Amino acid sequence: MAKHHITTNINGDEVDFSCYAGQTLLEVLRTELGMTGTKNGCGSGDCGACTVIVNGRPVNACLVLGVELEGADVETIEGMAEGTTLHPLQQKFLDHAALQCGICTPGILNMAKALLEKNPNPTETEVRYGLAGNLCRCTGYDKIVRAVMDAAAEMRADG
Amino acid sequence: MANDNSTTNYQWVGKRTRRPDGVDKVTGRARYGDDMMVPGMLYAKILRSPHAHAKILSIDTSKASAMKGVKAVLTSAQIPDHPLSEPPYAPIINDMHDISRNVMARDKVFYDGHAVAAVAATSERIAREAIKLIDVEYEILPHVLDPREAAGPDAPVLHDDQFTYSADGLSEKPSNLFRSITGHRGDLEKGFADADVIIEREFTSEPVHQGYIEPLACIATASEDNCVELWTTTQGHFVIRALCAKLLNMDLAKIRVTASEIGGGFGGKNTVYGEPVAIRLSQMTGRPVRMVMTRTEVFRASGPTVGSRTIIKMGAKKDGTITAADAETWYQAGAFKGAPVGRAVETYFSSYTIKNARACVHDVCVNRPKVAAYRAPGAPMAAYAAEGVINELAVKLGMDPVDLRMKNAVREGDESLMGSKYGQIGLVDVLEKVKSHAHYAAPLGKNQGRGFALGYWMHGGGLSSVSAHLLDDGTVTVATGNPDIGGSRSSMRVMAAEELGIDIELIKPIVADTGSMGYSHLTAGSRTTFATGLAVINAVREIIEKLRTLAAKKWEIPVEDVSWEAGLAVPSTSHNGLQALSLKALAGMATKMGGAIAGHSEINAGGVGAAFSAQLVDVEIDPETGFVTPLRYTVVQDVGRAISPDYVEGQLQGGAVQGIGWALNEAYIYDDQARLQNTGFLDYRMPVASDVPMIDTVLVEVPNPNHPYGVRGVGEPCLVSAPAAVANAVENAIGKTMSSLPMSPPIVLKGIEQVQASQVGSD
Repeated sequence: MAKHHITTNINGDEVDFSCYAGQTLLEVLRTELGMTGTKNGCGSGDCGACTVIVNGRPVNACLVLGVELEGADVETIEGMAEGTTLHPLQQKFLDHAALQCGICTPGILNMAKALLEKNPNPTETEVRYGLAGNLCRCTGYDKIVRAVMDAAAEMRADG
Repeated sequence: MANDNSTTNYQWVGKRTRRPDGVDKVTGRARYGDDMMVPGMLYAKILRSPHAHAKILSIDTSKASAMKGVKAVLTSAQIPDHPLSEPPYAPIINDMHDISRNVMARDKVFYDGHAVAAVAATSERIAREAIKLIDVEYEILPHVLDPREAAGPDAPVLHDDQFTYSADGLSEKPSNLFRSITGHRGDLEKGFADADVIIEREFTSEPVHQGYIEPLACIATASEDNCVELWTTTQGHFVIRALCAKLLNMDLAKIRVTASEIGGGFGGKNTVYGEPVAIRLSQMTGRPVRMVMTRTEVFRASGPTVGSRTIIKMGAKKDGTITAADAETWYQAGAFKGAPVGRAVETYFSSYTIKNARACVHDVCVNRPKVAAYRAPGAPMAAYAAEGVINELAVKLGMDPVDLRMKNAVREGDESLMGSKYGQIGLVDVLEKVKSHAHYAAPLGKNQGRGFALGYWMHGGGLSSVSAHLLDDGTVTVATGNPDIGGSRSSMRVMAAEELGIDIELIKPIVADTGSMGYSHLTAGSRTTFATGLAVINAVREIIEKLRTLAAKKWEIPVEDVSWEAGLAVPSTSHNGLQALSLKALAGMATKMGGAIAGHSEINAGGVGAAFSAQLVDVEIDPETGFVTPLRYTVVQDVGRAISPDYVEGQLQGGAVQGIGWALNEAYIYDDQARLQNTGFLDYRMPVASDVPMIDTVLVEVPNPNHPYGVRGVGEPCLVSAPAAVANAVENAIGKTMSSLPMSPPIVLKGIEQVQASQVGSD
């Protein structure tokens, strides 16, 4: 079985990789590129732990094939902070203790980032529905929702 | 140890500080079980039984072995066998005979998903293909799923070498009923005779999975000199080491286990699954072996908690005094004995001073995966039945449900059903807080109902080890042997900083591997902040003692004349002219004046503090569909002392939402061949963000006198009462008692229709 050679952009850097036709973006990120910040919770698009942003849209990396990424722009958790400055969402997750085990956190942060880009001033209900594809078993979502709303307020204030 | 409970003027305890492992977890840097790669590693996959109960007649691995890229194929022949453990049995049984058969089936398979063979190959793809080439010949046997049926005389028997154990010895015939544990006090007959109201009901609950988002994953690297390095996601790497060593007949010291970051456990990562298999495959191939379960495998082959059936009867006087309570409950152990029956009995009716009470809980094998712990194992199903009846008693007696509990509430000096004597406890305080909470008096709308329930959990202590090191620059490392599952590094750091009197940022908490630390029991039973916290306090107090001695040496005065105050060694007032020395200054002198300074503590912590959690929940029912929406939720819990309030609140909120899932959605669903039908998160529907409201928490702090800061443990009581509270809210909304979990839309709709039919009938 031959591998395909793909050139894509990950967190702003041009990246080359080769993968089999059946390999998902999740497998490519984690096993071919060693980018394990994107988590594997189910492999079937049901938990959202592998949420990344492809061409501006949040997707489950386990439902996208590596070969679909020629020329794409992929944003992962590894690229969320600007250098050593955390993204406001990352800051607020720490401030609000919005994580316990942390396995769902990268996916939720990416989903929240995509949500706030589309809707900078979401209601609590909009945040809850926006994150409904991302399972968290530890927190009961309370502190996550608060952190996202607080980050949204700060990002609006910073313009 | 000094009891500082009167002092609440803490510098760090109870403050909201950022967790020390937070940055790694919001940047994707933290490494979980599945995030480790080792050069040259092989990928392992397990072939699993498609049958719920069958004899294995033969296994032909020749085609798989011949496949290019396959380096080893393993069956139970490569796992050492162990004899059955013998009576008398410990309260919690770790039977190597059973565990070896659970990690790899020997002669029979006992559940859909039971491991039958394993392959190690050069890629995951090859391993996946190779297991399909293994031919297994089965003789299918009749199966049984229901615990009460399984305990009966006509059920198919899973193990022909398991006999019912009782005080009289072993049963004559093999049985699925392993043992029954009974707690008893008073005279039931008299108690029921004294009652003005008696309620008798049956309840059932389905097994639910812990639902941790990180699948089970490990990498084993065995060497030719019989040593093993193991990386795994676990709640207790010392326990994993002990189980692997016993199971594989290896020396403890030669297995070094490193716990990865853990992506949720809730009791489900307390034992071994793939680890012994990965070790054996690594020994067979001489290469590192990585084993990661898929989500489907996690559902099919790792332990959910027990499903239950209960027959229960309670009686009370008109004034609300509960005079008698009697429950018989059948717990599904799954394929092998070991349902948490003792802990069920310990918690049954134990929030109340019922004079005449009995609970008998049966440990019954059925053709389901062997159960594992799940957050207060055994307690929520018992509370579901008992609290359900107490809520109905309140209705029948025309009493407020909180007042009814207050009337019967246990206080200091009272006993649990198994005879544990309560020390300083906060149940009455909790109930008072519920009554005065705005939620309790808030109006309800149409199709809405309010539920209330109480839960008790005794908490664990046990073995914990800590090694703390003061470094030259005045910073401190605090190493424990407990995986940090939800913020324990933060609590360890807070307690160490409070003792030393220094800034928390000067302290680095570490989870050390099994080669670096004394034995530390699981991060489970809500024991870590209590027991490991005690060891942290001991260890840093040893450092303080050494610093006082060092200062005394420097000043050439007796050590008794040096005190430790707010991070400073202070000479007594009799020594004029001496300046207090800071921890940092002393740290810089230490290596030049005798050696590095460290503190150790290896303890078996007793004196755990029992805790009670009350939950109030409002729901709204859609009368067209039976769909239940939780609208408002308040958890009121005695937390002893909240070392890190953010994470204490988080525990209470998470427990409540797990309870919502347990009560409304979650269940293992089998077809008529006992094959699991919902093996993914789409069909095994856990609560998502849009299903639940904010979860208010009220932290009641009645300190545990056996801990310097009053810690009790917080993670479990909050789940004990949650399913019962949600179920009670549904009952109130539809105006009918309901006796099975989950209360999924079809079941609630049926309840609504029954209510409507009875109203039509009475019109």
